[in-house]
Amino acid sequence: MMLAPDLPGFADPVADAQATFRAVLDAMARPGTIHAVAPGLDAPAPLDPATAALLLTLVDPDTPLWVEPALAPARDWIAFHCGALLVAVPEAASFLLATVLPPLDTLRRGSDEAPEEGASVILQLSALGEGTRFRLDGPGLAAPASFAAAGLGAGFVAAWHANRAGFPRGVDLLLGCDTRIAALPRSVAVDQI
Amino acid sequence: MAYVAVKGGEQAIAAAHAWRAEARRGDPAVSKLEPAQIEGQLGRAVERVMAEGSLYDRGLAALAIAQAEGDLIEAAFLLRAYRTTLPRFGVSLPLDTTAMAIQRRISAVFKDLPGGQVLGPTTDYTHRLIDFALPAQDLPPAAPMAEPDPAPMPRVADLLAAEGLIRPDPADAGEPADLTRAPPALPLPRAARLQGLARGDEGFLLGMGYSTQRGYGGSHPFAGEIRMGAVSVEIIPDELGFAIDIGDVVLTECQMVNQFHGTKTEPARFTTGYGLAFGQADRRAMSMALVDRALQAGDLGEDVTAPAQDAEFVLSHADNIEATGFVEHLKLPHYVDFQSEIEAVRRLHAQARAHAEAEAAE
Amino acid sequence: MMTDTAPPTQPNDAEKTPRQRWMAVLARAGAEAIAARLRRAEAIPEWRRLRGPDTGLVMLRGRSGGGGASFNLGEMTVTRCTLRLASGLVGHATVAGRNLRHAELAALADALLQDPARQDALLADLIAPLAAAQQVQRQALAARAAATRVQFFALQTMRT
Repeated sequence: MMLAPDLPGFADPVADAQATFRAVLDAMARPGTIHAVAPGLDAPAPLDPATAALLLTLVDPDTPLWVEPALAPARDWIAFHCGALLVAVPEAASFLLATVLPPLDTLRRGSDEAPEEGASVILQLSALGEGTRFRLDGPGLAAPASFAAAGLGAGFVAAWHANRAGFPRGVDLLLGCDTRIAALPRSVAVDQI
Repeated sequence: MAYVAVKGGEQAIAAAHAWRAEARRGDPAVSKLEPAQIEGQLGRAVERVMAEGSLYDRGLAALAIAQAEGDLIEAAFLLRAYRTTLPRFGVSLPLDTTAMAIQRRISAVFKDLPGGQVLGPTTDYTHRLIDFALPAQDLPPAAPMAEPDPAPMPRVADLLAAEGLIRPDPADAGEPADLTRAPPALPLPRAARLQGLARGDEGFLLGMGYSTQRGYGGSHPFAGEIRMGAVSVEIIPDELGFAIDIGDVVLTECQMVNQFHGTKTEPARFTTGYGLAFGQADRRAMSMALVDRALQAGDLGEDVTAPAQDAEFVLSHADNIEATGFVEHLKLPHYVDFQSEIEAVRRLHAQARAHAEAEAAE
Repeated sequence: MMTDTAPPTQPNDAEKTPRQRWMAVLARAGAEAIAARLRRAEAIPEWRRLRGPDTGLVMLRGRSGGGGASFNLGEMTVTRCTLRLASGLVGHATVAGRNLRHAELAALADALLQDPARQDALLADLIAPLAAAQQVQRQALAARAAATRVQFFALQTMRT
């Protein structure tokens, strides 16, 4: 049993989820571009509004969710508003909510027949648009683009190379910070500048 | 060219829909049919649409019937489409049909049984003569009332089970398959078969059930019991952690009792087929029970020889939404497919002609 | 998200807690009937919606043979609402159908009924009359059913 949390979810569940979903589509289609979401969402600590909006939009009872222990204070809110099926191990999850990127090679990567079963990590970062700079290239980008974020971790580029090598299998990354999101789909090539 | 054709098609489609809407309304001099009238006065149609649409919502089914102009398969299709727009909040506790608020309860195998034979609001004993007085009748006389008997109404199958004369239904086998989420692998477990039958086309179920009576996989059925009435629905919301009662659904339950000759390892006992249907639906529940029993042939070690015993055949063709989609898609443009076929046939004709001319020239 | 593993039997009415009983009554009451009786209640405190009212589905489970392994029968529409009173009491409702107002009013009544200072008055003025009306409806159906019970006179005559 869980307790009803103190805070509501989206003020207008349908319109707000659609607007956030549109932002996720744009972010996935144009890797590294930054999009504003969640105007006015009262997010439960320690979640940022952007991360909370991603959860409300993407997670439901059919998508097992793993929550990093550091974010456990938001578990009741997530369970109540998303109806999320919370799982104990990252390998069992369709979505992962974290502030530290879990080892990508331990997550669901889908199969060549069903690549959509690869996991998506919702990663809450300390900065988006500044911090470590990366060069992105691949589908959705007319020319290599630069991208900056803080909190992806030291071994990120190497882990991402390994993740991308298994395409179409792999893990997608959704990044949230304050009220902004960006995405790194498994198809994008990432190198440190 | 392609672009022009699309624009022309759009206009034609819009005109077709406008004509359909006008035709749906019928003669403006006749008052409009309200969904509340359908819900209240065409209850059997509403219940069939709920069953085949696999969604219990009387008002929505009535609206779908109005929109589909009484095409019940189309109405069930509308309900199925609507349900895909809604999140699933959870599952109910198993419905307890022994606690049903009985409106009807009959048995064809025991005349005297605890609780008695209760006919309910049935048409079984009418003469099927068209009632020409019906249009002139406003309010019918009130139905008579009597003091209810507080005695419980145990299921007939439970009475037989108490004597060990019936093969018990296996108890809970964990999480049941759900056809709406994942296509189950063959052989289909009974839970998947029952779900597929519960949402199957009533005409198909009736035909399949009838085929078992006519010797195609027959097992000599008796209607052990049919009961109809309201059953309360309970769920356990996570944030509460205890069961709450969220309202009632009206169901018809049928338990067929069938012959079973026994095997080397099992004594001769009765077996059962089970039917459960939304609303007052004897025919649907009975047909489902006949087919459920036939589909147990494999489980019981009987020879599988008839169509109604073949789970893959029955469950692949019971769903009228799938069936109508695949049959009716044939009227959509197949210009490219057909072009390749016609070219092949023309080529064969040309070859045959050339061959004949060559032979004539020799 | 509700639990997928159900206990084998449902509690009968006598085993239900007072809260389970009033929730069952509110689920079967009309939105207008609840609203009319709540209007007569003492000043209703401010409340905040936590979730809903929103409409979704519940998968109805049957049992093969009525008592065997469970199977998925088909879904039903339900509407749920959770709200919190200024005092902190949280009310919940899930009701059959698609009436958002019904779910919200039932959740509000559920929250108010948990307030010990209001409970007795609300049980008497809100729940008791709604329960009585529902009982009348149930009895009317049961009485009609009883009138269609077959009396086998011939058999009784032979036995005596």
